[in-house]
Amino acid sequence: MSSVALIDYGMGNLHSVAKAIEHAASAGTRVTVTADPAEVARADRVVFPGVGAIRDCIGGMQTLGLDEAVRRAAESRPLLAVCVGMQALMDFSEENDGTSCLGIIPGRVLAFESHMPAPVPGASLKIPHMGWNQVHHVSDHYMWRDIAQDSRFYFVHSYYVEPAGADVIAASTAYPVPFTSAIARDNVFAVQFHPEKSQHDGLQLYANFLAWNI
Amino acid sequence: MGLAKRIIPCLDVDGGRVVKGVQFVDIRDAGDPVEVARRYDEQGADEITFLDITASHEDRDTMVHVVEEVASEVFIPLTVGGGIRVLEDIRTMLNAGADKVAINTAAVHNPEFVRQAAQRFGSQCIVVAIDAKQVSVEGEPLRWEIFTHGGRKPTGLDAVEWARKMVDCGAGEILLTSMDRDGTKAGFDLALTRAICDAVSVPVIASGGVGNLDHLADGVTEGHADAVLAASIFHFGEFTIEEAKRHMAARGIEMRL
Repeated sequence: MSSVALIDYGMGNLHSVAKAIEHAASAGTRVTVTADPAEVARADRVVFPGVGAIRDCIGGMQTLGLDEAVRRAAESRPLLAVCVGMQALMDFSEENDGTSCLGIIPGRVLAFESHMPAPVPGASLKIPHMGWNQVHHVSDHYMWRDIAQDSRFYFVHSYYVEPAGADVIAASTAYPVPFTSAIARDNVFAVQFHPEKSQHDGLQLYANFLAWNI
Repeated sequence: MGLAKRIIPCLDVDGGRVVKGVQFVDIRDAGDPVEVARRYDEQGADEITFLDITASHEDRDTMVHVVEEVASEVFIPLTVGGGIRVLEDIRTMLNAGADKVAINTAAVHNPEFVRQAAQRFGSQCIVVAIDAKQVSVEGEPLRWEIFTHGGRKPTGLDAVEWARKMVDCGAGEILLTSMDRDGTKAGFDLALTRAICDAVSVPVIASGGVGNLDHLADGVTEGHADAVLAASIFHFGEFTIEEAKRHMAARGIEMRL
């Protein structure tokens, strides 16, 4: 029996993520929502969804010892980070007046507001970036199996990731200029969008994660 | 290529059943909310909004169960509005599986509630619902005010200023309903929609008055809305969500097809 640990650092509701993984999982998969680092250490696969503000996320993780659990997972087992979870993998975020993150993937998290141009001169860019946008696969990764190029996924975020090295970029999305919407490095995969809110393609992504052999 | 405009079917729920908008004299039962939500998901709805128009407390629990059930099988964003008055109401709905809550009257009574809600749960899940009605008379510059109690009670608040204030308080999205148009099937109040959309930096959902598919497209092209909401044109099989999306795409609007 294979097991998936869904990291719950107490900041928000993981109902949808858990349901989506259960929906995508085969009968032999055990899905646990947990705040226990030991449980995360035992799991075959780890999902790290992020909700709320980055400082609360990092703080909550540290208090519970989950930051170390994620670092160890990132060294050895399939790890999927989602939304703020993806941002938390980086070195640093501009959110909350500047927040140090987990430093697992080199790079920064930037605010749309201060870095993105207006869509057309004179108009303002609507923030959060909210809704269904296209995800352009940059690399041919197992996680994209049965997901068409430029499929739409549901996004809701005001900050985006800028990795230090272009080699980790797995997908990009334009708002209005391209930013990194997915990252892949060895056994780590991270997405800015919400697969659990992205209907069929989102469920496919979770199914791919559960079948991903490194 | 880029972010698509959204179509959001709205389910008015009373005592656990979907009902046609309260403005209509003949209130018809439009079915079980879980079944209706499932159907809209299959038709390609970009999100679903539930408005709880029930009065009693017991029926509120019914709404929580509806959200739980829908969230277990429908994997698109869900918004719940109606009767969101305290932080605990928000927590209850988010825990049930809602992604966003819409705050309406409580924001008018206490704008700080919106600030607290955004701080606690994040702006991304706080929608402020604005019910506006035109108050300027012919010959005057257009002006709209916020009304509560289904459009019966004026507040004296200017709609454009109020929208800006709600965004300052942390609203992540505005759900704008024209009380003049709601239930009329005459189309959105496009001047109102454009005034609000151009005034704020967050996405705006246009609502109130949709009677045909061109109205939906007009909300985006002329009203500058980021998303359009409708209820009755979808509930009774007049149009499917898919037809609406194809129509909007044919009008040159970027959609998720």
